[in-house]
Amino acid sequence: MTAVATVPPRDETGAFRTALPHLAPFLAVFAAAMILPLVGNDYWALIGTRMAIYWVLVSGLNLVVGFAGHLAIGYVALLTLGAYTTSVLVAGNVAPPLPVFAALPIAACVGALFGVIVGLPALRLRTFYFAMSTLGFATIVTQIALAWQSVTGGGIGIAGPEFPAPFNTAWGFYALCIAIAAFTTWISANVARSRYGRALIALRDAEVAAEATGISKPKMLIAIFLLAGALAAVAGGLFASLQTYITPDAFTFDLSVLFFIAILIGGRGSILGPMLGTIILTILPEIAAPLAAWSTFLYAVLLLVIVLVMPGGIAALLDFRNRRPLAANRAIVPRPTALAEIMRKRAGETALKLRGIALSFGNVRAIDGLDLDVAPGQIHGLIGPNGSGKTTTLNVISGYYAAKAGTMTLGDDALPPGLPVLRATKGVARTFQTPRVIGEASVLENVMTGGSIEGRASFIEALLALPRNRQDERRLAAKARALLGAVGLEALADVRADRLQHSELRFIEIARALMLDPDFLLLDEPAAGLSNDEIERLAELIKTISARGVGVLLVEHHADLIFDICDYVTVLNLGRTLAAGTPAEIRVHKEVVSAYLGG
Amino acid sequence: MLASILASGLAAGAIYALVGVTYNTMFSTSRVMSFTAGQLAMLGGVFGSMFTLKLGMPAIAGLLLTLLGCALIGIITEFVAVRPVLKSLDQHLYVLSTLAVALMIQQVAAIKWGTEPQPFPRLLGWGSGVTDEKFWLPVLACALTILGLEYLYRRTLVGRAFVAIAEDNFAARALGLPERNLRIASYALAGVIGGVAGFSGGELLLAFFANGALLNFYGFVPVALGGLGNNRGAIIGGLALGLFQQAANFMVGGIFSSVAVFTLFIVVLLTAPQGLFGAATARRV
Repeated sequence: MTAVATVPPRDETGAFRTALPHLAPFLAVFAAAMILPLVGNDYWALIGTRMAIYWVLVSGLNLVVGFAGHLAIGYVALLTLGAYTTSVLVAGNVAPPLPVFAALPIAACVGALFGVIVGLPALRLRTFYFAMSTLGFATIVTQIALAWQSVTGGGIGIAGPEFPAPFNTAWGFYALCIAIAAFTTWISANVARSRYGRALIALRDAEVAAEATGISKPKMLIAIFLLAGALAAVAGGLFASLQTYITPDAFTFDLSVLFFIAILIGGRGSILGPMLGTIILTILPEIAAPLAAWSTFLYAVLLLVIVLVMPGGIAALLDFRNRRPLAANRAIVPRPTALAEIMRKRAGETALKLRGIALSFGNVRAIDGLDLDVAPGQIHGLIGPNGSGKTTTLNVISGYYAAKAGTMTLGDDALPPGLPVLRATKGVARTFQTPRVIGEASVLENVMTGGSIEGRASFIEALLALPRNRQDERRLAAKARALLGAVGLEALADVRADRLQHSELRFIEIARALMLDPDFLLLDEPAAGLSNDEIERLAELIKTISARGVGVLLVEHHADLIFDICDYVTVLNLGRTLAAGTPAEIRVHKEVVSAYLGG
Repeated sequence: MLASILASGLAAGAIYALVGVTYNTMFSTSRVMSFTAGQLAMLGGVFGSMFTLKLGMPAIAGLLLTLLGCALIGIITEFVAVRPVLKSLDQHLYVLSTLAVALMIQQVAAIKWGTEPQPFPRLLGWGSGVTDEKFWLPVLACALTILGLEYLYRRTLVGRAFVAIAEDNFAARALGLPERNLRIASYALAGVIGGVAGFSGGELLLAFFANGALLNFYGFVPVALGGLGNNRGAIIGGLALGLFQQAANFMVGGIFSSVAVFTLFIVVLLTAPQGLFGAATARRV
């Protein structure tokens, strides 16, 4: 998130000033592309065009690999598909010949469709399976291109599409490809900085937390696969025209490797890095001609070196901002009073009710007939020894586990078992026992992720940075900054989250959960790892949150904190309620004292 | 036609199954799916043709040297691409590191051996037509490998140690098992199995550098069908895949057989993500 992480604007001139350092490298690359026709010959026009075409594909693939974290290693298949679709449509092998500017959009649609088909395994399974399905697709596309002679010309090949004037000269075509490349850079950057881009990174690095904020993985990934497939197919159409004549041999797996490695060299979650990676990898075999045969070997060595030595890629090298040391003696000083302006005050009538919830893991009864009421505006403490089912209860409420028996209701509505993605829309937010934040994103972006479902702009609007998307961004950023102020972390808003201390991550999670302005907040051991001062401030914060009418369910081991702030306490033991009542009652409850508190 | 489908289907299936077992053998001790599995089988063919045809060695010496070479490549993989990324398994860096090694193997083979398929010698000269050795050699090799692995895993101490590491890595280490050495051994063993696949299938697939990528995919499908780390599933899945592919090949033609295999792969992944014989996933929260 280095090159594109522009701070959302407050006013237009300020926005331009903050965006300039991020834009400058792109403008420099564009200027270099403009100068090339003045200094280069036709040979350089060819190289430059090839670079631009590769980047059209990589800019889409980057969202899949660099942002969503899915290792698509066979994208040459979609390039092949686009190249053949365009060529065949223009040549008229299956239908009346089409003009090339009509064939390209059709190829884009075909590419988008197959981008999704190849991506289907990624919706349920990660990494190796998806890598394999793209590899398998790459294998069969080449086989089909060879075997389907009546359409593709088989091993003899087919003529690539020819563009009309003025794009039929070397530099004319170069200009067209550069224009398309500039456009795809713009749209991929738009996606990257929108809530969709943040959601992709959230799904990559903190999938569980992303689900709790209501981000639907299938929807996100399908949108990205559509876009990446379409861009790859367009690149294929341009590639076929550049080659003038295509055979299956033109689409070696080496190309796939080039695309893939360009992104990894560039660095995850960056746009500038992969762009530089594409440029470098395209030029490399040209300036080292004797090495051309070994280029794939070099790419592979490069890949290994990057994985083992420099996982952050070029983007991490260029990320100067996050190398500045942070203040060592910083303290978290929340301003809970600020919450009054951010969170609406609820009338507070609906309660969260659990009745007879039961859940077993194998033979272990994790929860065994639990009844629990969380009233609005109340802090409900949930305590008990390790393994008594506290976190499991939270996971049942937030839908990660489906209870085997029992009912959950929210006011009059039943809360369906399972389906964690739907909890955010129901107004249930949570934090996690081990903070699940996105290390590579800034603190502000982490918090903004929490408000994903509040965005109103569609994916297309985000793609083209239409007004509604810009409004979304401004609103989410403003709310996230305000919440960071309320939890006392506004000074760290632009810092990468993985540079923060453990206690600060806990407060980030609370701010992220509050982005939803939830009716119910589930906190899983928020005080673990905090200093005594911090626990006191946390207590104030939780009290203020519940004073806005939010029902808080607090799982904790710090008995003092529980007895200090809770209105009601439930004690669990072996998945059953051992005792329930006001803190004063629990404190003197005989069994609780002997089983848990000690005394 | 049925005889041809059976002969070529079982032969191809046995090769896919062996590559699947190669994946599983590496996976069992390291939890790493390595892209080198298909390349090892490719090397089995290339090494075999090199030693016996180019250098004129007797078949048995060629086989032994081939297996030795593949075992060595397996061990190198462990050192270069697996060990350094084991600390952060959850980041799945192994996908990239083993892919890098696989690409290096493929590229060296393409440059040093050539990009054209080259013949593999007839080893025994037995049989013709559907009983040709090129059809039954892979099946025989697959059967012998299964028997060998069963003996290893059930009857020998080293084999049981493999099983222990695969079951529960932490507990096995707590018992004092030399986890690192066992892992190296399992990568050498995987190399041998991959080499057997390539050598026995050499007459069918020829000595061709591009077989690596092909077998990477066709060998992974049985693993996906059978579930990660499940050898029995991989064997059944591999044979079924071979028969399915060859049946499609004979009945609807070459183009659609690969489409059919790919469709099967996607459908299985979507309907039974853990494989038909696999276990459920671990808890996430």
